[in-house]
Amino acid sequence: MPGPAAPLRVATFLRPAAILRVAAAGLLAAFLLRPQSFAPLFAPLTQYGAAPIYDQGNLLTLALAHVVTVCCAAAASAIIAIGLGILVTRPGGREFLPLSRTLVNIGQTFPPVAVLALAVPLVGFGELPTLIALFVYGLLPIFENTVVALQTCPPAVLEAASGMGMSARQRLLAVELPLAMPLILEGIRLSLVINVGTATLGSTVAAKGLGEVIIAGLLSNNTAFILQGGLLTGLMAVLLYDALAVLERRVCANVRIE
Amino acid sequence: MITLEKLTKRYGEATVVNEVSLTVERNSITVIVGTSGSGKSTLLRMINRLVEPTSGRVLIGGSDTTREPAHLLRRRIGYAIQSHGLFPHRTVAENIAVVPRLLGWDVARTQARVRELLGIFQLDPATFADKFPHQLSGGQQQRVGVARALAAEPEVLLMDEPFGALDPIIRTKAQDDLLDIQHHFGTTIVLVTHDIDEAFRLGDRVAVMSEGRVLQYGRPAELLTQPSDPLVARMTGVADRAMKLLSLTSAAEAAEPGESDGPEVPGSASLREVLSELVWRGVNSASVVAADGTRKGRITVQGILSHGHPA
Repeated sequence: MPGPAAPLRVATFLRPAAILRVAAAGLLAAFLLRPQSFAPLFAPLTQYGAAPIYDQGNLLTLALAHVVTVCCAAAASAIIAIGLGILVTRPGGREFLPLSRTLVNIGQTFPPVAVLALAVPLVGFGELPTLIALFVYGLLPIFENTVVALQTCPPAVLEAASGMGMSARQRLLAVELPLAMPLILEGIRLSLVINVGTATLGSTVAAKGLGEVIIAGLLSNNTAFILQGGLLTGLMAVLLYDALAVLERRVCANVRIE
Repeated sequence: MITLEKLTKRYGEATVVNEVSLTVERNSITVIVGTSGSGKSTLLRMINRLVEPTSGRVLIGGSDTTREPAHLLRRRIGYAIQSHGLFPHRTVAENIAVVPRLLGWDVARTQARVRELLGIFQLDPATFADKFPHQLSGGQQQRVGVARALAAEPEVLLMDEPFGALDPIIRTKAQDDLLDIQHHFGTTIVLVTHDIDEAFRLGDRVAVMSEGRVLQYGRPAELLTQPSDPLVARMTGVADRAMKLLSLTSAAEAAEPGESDGPEVPGSASLREVLSELVWRGVNSASVVAADGTRKGRITVQGILSHGHPA
């Protein structure tokens, strides 16, 4: 599809939602790069002259570590969940669908905190238990979306693909996956966004991330820390969600199912 | 050129296709007509092995179709279906190029073929090549579907209710186009439909199917004049069978020497159309004019009557 004409793009930028997004991105960048300039805003929330801005680590480093953890976990979830989704929608793997669904559901039902608690004795403190918890937690949306997307490919299109002589593999790669891509990406997006919030729990087991700020605030009864930790995490989740939505539209511009 | 030998398909207890044997002639259109559930689609799909027969075999050009992997076989056989099955994420040109790509044609040859087919199907390449299926009308989508099926110059084209989703006017046009294309490429076509008029219009030979069996297989006129089974007679229609028979003969074929002061009719018109014209004008005869404008004789009402019943 040819992209919209230049004047249209300008108009898109002027939409209120777009203005809000740009403002949110600016706010996040400003806070991470020059946190001290926000000190006057947070000072009223502190008591006894405590620091209004988190000072036990670099916010930018923590935010980056946070994003890296979430993205690594989501990548692992995506590989496993998509692979499993493909497997259980093939003729040979159909019988594994109920089993896979149950396993993935357990991953979602089991609270991440509990996963952390179980993982720490096995793998020790640090990033790894957090990665495991996020990986398990993020499987469900990707798996379910992959399965639904592959199961709802238009039958006529699949029949035509086979009828023209595509092998099962060619059909999967050239037809089924491209048609399923919007829903699969949607699942990855959901999983990523949920995990941006969930990853704050990782700081309880010494993973680097913005959870550190919140936990420091809770320990020292510093509302300013709690608030800025929460705000930063929230802003990141919203912006990540938007960024992925844009990517999704780009990638799937041509996938249209009547 | 296509031989079906005692082809049978069972799903559990149900026998969907029951020992069907028939031979499809080269360069002809064979239509399989039947009610829904008669097994006609299953029969068609056994030819390109989208359905594997329970027993019996299919020979194309004398060789058993099970001698090569199914997906390689299908690349040599065109396949067009009712809901066209165009890939929504590929452009018109990319859709048509699917089988040539699978066969490893080089880019130049593929592009040339795509342009040729778009031209034949009256879709201007400059306008349509880069459009997506959802940007086309139903009739255009259907034409792209058939163009795609013909892309790799298959000797055999299988069509499953290809015009079922089109409105009557576009359908008639699509049927005309198919006849032209069959003349142009000489493709052997096997077409499945539930519409007996479509079967008579397109088929050099028609097979009537019911409950998994072929009741009769023959030329359209044979089915009308010598139905082998009451059900064949019912399907072909008793009330207007004379009209159907007339529609199978063209004015050029029935023209007799002589002059007429009646209206001029084209040689390609069917006797049914000529009769209608004569009744409408209240005259007894018409003169037949060939496509190049030369007079080919005349047709009288008496002459038409002699064609409207079994010889």
